[in-house]
Amino acid sequence: MSRVILEISHLHKVFDTNTVIEDLSLTVHEGEVVVIIGPSGCGKSTLLRCINALETIQGGEIKLHGNTVSKNSKDLHEIRQKIGMVFQNYELFPHMTVLDNVMLAPMKAQGRKKSEVREEALALLKRVGLESKADSYPRQLSGGQKQRTAIVRALCMHPEILLFDEVTAALDPQMVREVLEVILDLANAGKTMLVVTHEMQFARAVADRIVFFDDGQIIEQAAPDEFFDHPKTDKAKQFLNTFTFERDRSTTNRA
Amino acid sequence: MPDMGFDVLWKGKNFLRLLGGLGVALKISLISVLISIILGTVLGILWHHNNLFIKAVMRSYLEVIRIMPQLVLLFIVYFGTTRSFGWDLSGETASVIVFSLWGTAEMSDLVRGAIISIPAHQYESAFALGLGKAQVYLYVILPQAIRRLIPLSINLVTRMIKTTSLVLMIGVVEIIKVAQQIIEANRMSSKNAAFGVYLTVFVMYFLACWPISLLARKLEKRWR
Repeated sequence: MSRVILEISHLHKVFDTNTVIEDLSLTVHEGEVVVIIGPSGCGKSTLLRCINALETIQGGEIKLHGNTVSKNSKDLHEIRQKIGMVFQNYELFPHMTVLDNVMLAPMKAQGRKKSEVREEALALLKRVGLESKADSYPRQLSGGQKQRTAIVRALCMHPEILLFDEVTAALDPQMVREVLEVILDLANAGKTMLVVTHEMQFARAVADRIVFFDDGQIIEQAAPDEFFDHPKTDKAKQFLNTFTFERDRSTTNRA
Repeated sequence: MPDMGFDVLWKGKNFLRLLGGLGVALKISLISVLISIILGTVLGILWHHNNLFIKAVMRSYLEVIRIMPQLVLLFIVYFGTTRSFGWDLSGETASVIVFSLWGTAEMSDLVRGAIISIPAHQYESAFALGLGKAQVYLYVILPQAIRRLIPLSINLVTRMIKTTSLVLMIGVVEIIKVAQQIIEANRMSSKNAAFGVYLTVFVMYFLACWPISLLARKLEKRWR
């Protein structure tokens, strides 16, 4: 298998007295798309936030390309530059245009040349169909457009891994597709991604591997078809049932 | 046309005296504004600190200053403290002290509000992009905080300018006091002076504050 990008070993995360993640180990290889699913509040988002040290961890280790990610490491901001994160609520900078949002970090954090960054930013915006919005402000965009901008903003840093934290959860249904298509497109382009989502069909389509997560632990992981068609654990079966209940109404044996 | 008493303005140096009075009012307010903005910003940032003692002191300072009418503060400082502590304060100095106390309290509250109004997620998304701490503040947090702050603090400035009219109560000869003197001095020769003179005072205040309000509105629109 290709080289390891992200290696999480024995991660332990506690909020006050509440254990959110318990002894979690997960490895993501280059070009792999890992989709994390699980019930709300099971620690999926927290896991992503730990990976770029937005949360402190109480045990274990997170390594990106062999470099430890920790809130205390001096070169944390350099490690973070290699981790692209897209949030549920976009979190664009409201006082900057779309183009400036995208260009800020490549110029200031990476010290790249303005002309070069601008060219790339415009090309990326074009790729997600936002070239006409380059000079708009976030408030002038729809939710889907904001989220696509946020994805471009992360991409422009040339991250080695992209983290998507329920990026369609705040979107109207008709806008979900335009965002998911961008992510599918990135998967096809061979980007390494860790995706937390509640969109099961999307998960199945985009994932190389499904990680089912509950109570701060990995319960089951498998290739998407295998996981969705033949879940092994009861918890996973139960979880998947909550999604298929409606669809299976005609064939179910329930009297 | 009724006699509106404008003629008084052109007697002697009356008009210039009124302008001078406006100058005194503006001088007191602008010095106080300057002090308030500097101290208020420092205190507002301090307030962001997690020290409980600092917070308690700030809270009581703000509440006391807010609850007390400015006039009472002026009387306490000018008549009260000068007697009790035996120091000598000119009316103008006392006014600057009082308006700075008040302005600093209000300003610190505005600064505090502007900083905490920036959502935690803005910090997080900036840090997640790999920006350093100074860069996060410089490019992401402060520009947004200042945008929220400027219209509010300009509003405070105009309020401070208007409220300086109170200082005539401690014998500072500012624009309204001058107006009273002019009206008083011409009571016999031009009985209707009150209307013309006070109208002029109104226009002068208006001309001093209006551009500031305009600026605030313009910035608010641009930075909405």
